[in-house]
Amino acid sequence: MQTGSDRKVKIAVRGLDLFYGDFQALKSIDMDVAANKVTALIGPSGCGKSTFLKTLNRMNDLVENVRITGSVQLDGEEIYKDVDVVDLRKRVGMVFQKPNPFPMSIYENVAYGPKIHGIRKKADLDEIVEHSLRAAALWDEVCDRLHKSALGISGGQQQRLCIARTLATEPEVLLMDEPTSALDPISTLKIEDLCESLKQDYTILIVTHNMQQAGRISDKTAFFLLGDLVEFGSTEQIFNKPKEMKTERYITGRFG
Amino acid sequence: MRNLLDRELQQLNGEILRMGGLVEESVEQTIIALRELDANLAQSVIAKDDLIDSMESRIEKHCLNLFALQQPLAGDLRLIGASLKMLTDLERIADHASDIAELSLRLVGSPAGTVPADVFVMADKTRKMLRSSLDAFIHQDLEAARQVCDDDDEVDDLFNSLILDRVNAIKADPRKVEVSIDIMFIVKYLERMGDHATNIAEWVTYNVTGQHGHMQHPEQHPERDRLIGEPD
Repeated sequence: MQTGSDRKVKIAVRGLDLFYGDFQALKSIDMDVAANKVTALIGPSGCGKSTFLKTLNRMNDLVENVRITGSVQLDGEEIYKDVDVVDLRKRVGMVFQKPNPFPMSIYENVAYGPKIHGIRKKADLDEIVEHSLRAAALWDEVCDRLHKSALGISGGQQQRLCIARTLATEPEVLLMDEPTSALDPISTLKIEDLCESLKQDYTILIVTHNMQQAGRISDKTAFFLLGDLVEFGSTEQIFNKPKEMKTERYITGRFG
Repeated sequence: MRNLLDRELQQLNGEILRMGGLVEESVEQTIIALRELDANLAQSVIAKDDLIDSMESRIEKHCLNLFALQQPLAGDLRLIGASLKMLTDLERIADHASDIAELSLRLVGSPAGTVPADVFVMADKTRKMLRSSLDAFIHQDLEAARQVCDDDDEVDDLFNSLILDRVNAIKADPRKVEVSIDIMFIVKYLERMGDHATNIAEWVTYNVTGQHGHMQHPEQHPERDRLIGEPD
């Protein structure tokens, strides 16, 4: 069982199978995601890592012909049984590969989620917007143009805005699907630094194709291949001396 | 895939082995120079040290370039890291071979039997340790690496008894003090060579297992743990 061992488990996955029609994209995955840690998911394209990420806030529910069995518990609650999807997605936020700000102002982008969840008072929203933008390390760069279009800021800033937008609904878990693959090195480092500071308050899972990035920012690394969780361990162990030959071959670039 | 890195690693391997071969040659020659008190051979060992130093710099640069340009991980990372550390040990062994050659020059003209026979027993064991540590590297042989670490205990025992022997020799005949001190230094250099061969064997262990030889069976050591933190 590839569950690792950590003091506090935020998400416990057991025997998770996922099928797209006849195709099995995840095969009996067992994993304990540690609270307040960064967990990196690595593996070649099509290995199931993004699919796995999306099962954690039920984004796959929207896919046609998808069938999911097994158990995913968030703080002990079955997310496929006990938890309302809207509530789940508030608790488990997601940031995507390409920055996707809404075509509205910077302020409105961040305030959008809290408004949907019923917060109306301007003072409260102001506070949430500032707090979220500060947490996403963007406040100083945009505080004098909060009401300008979010589409006018740089790609790196847009991605941090998307992180701020996610933080505004006060999630517990952040899922990031290759959040820096469209960004330049400086913006990438800003997001990476952000992960390090955010993990004090959040549990972070990040899909990345960049091995060095996984090494720089994650505490634990999971290697997926053809729907299997091949190896899951401390990032230090995985990048120095992986236990599985398949992991060794992938991270040293000798796969295939 | 990663043909370039594979080629580079093969090349690095070859460079380490070439340097290892030269260092071995220096050690062999310095022992002969000491036994025969052969000034020419001693001079050639001393001259070769510069060549070995420049090899060390070149291979070191190669390792650092591989870190910078290839971002090695896992087995690749361990091989380059271990090579970089072994390099220093090889260079130190060559330094000590040269140190012994310099002392041999001072002993040229001394009567036969000036250097005790046990010094050559110790020298031969040290030479074999170096050979075995390089063989362990070539074959990535854990058992051979462990044997080198065990052999170091014998070298240490010889060191202790030879030092005691020299102390007694000085006490018995204070006129022998200079020669005895030279011999003590020779013995000390041999003992250090054994330590460096042991280090090489420990880096082979690290390369194979991901655990440094030292850390395989860490002894209880509260003072160390206090200073550098608990072992991982």
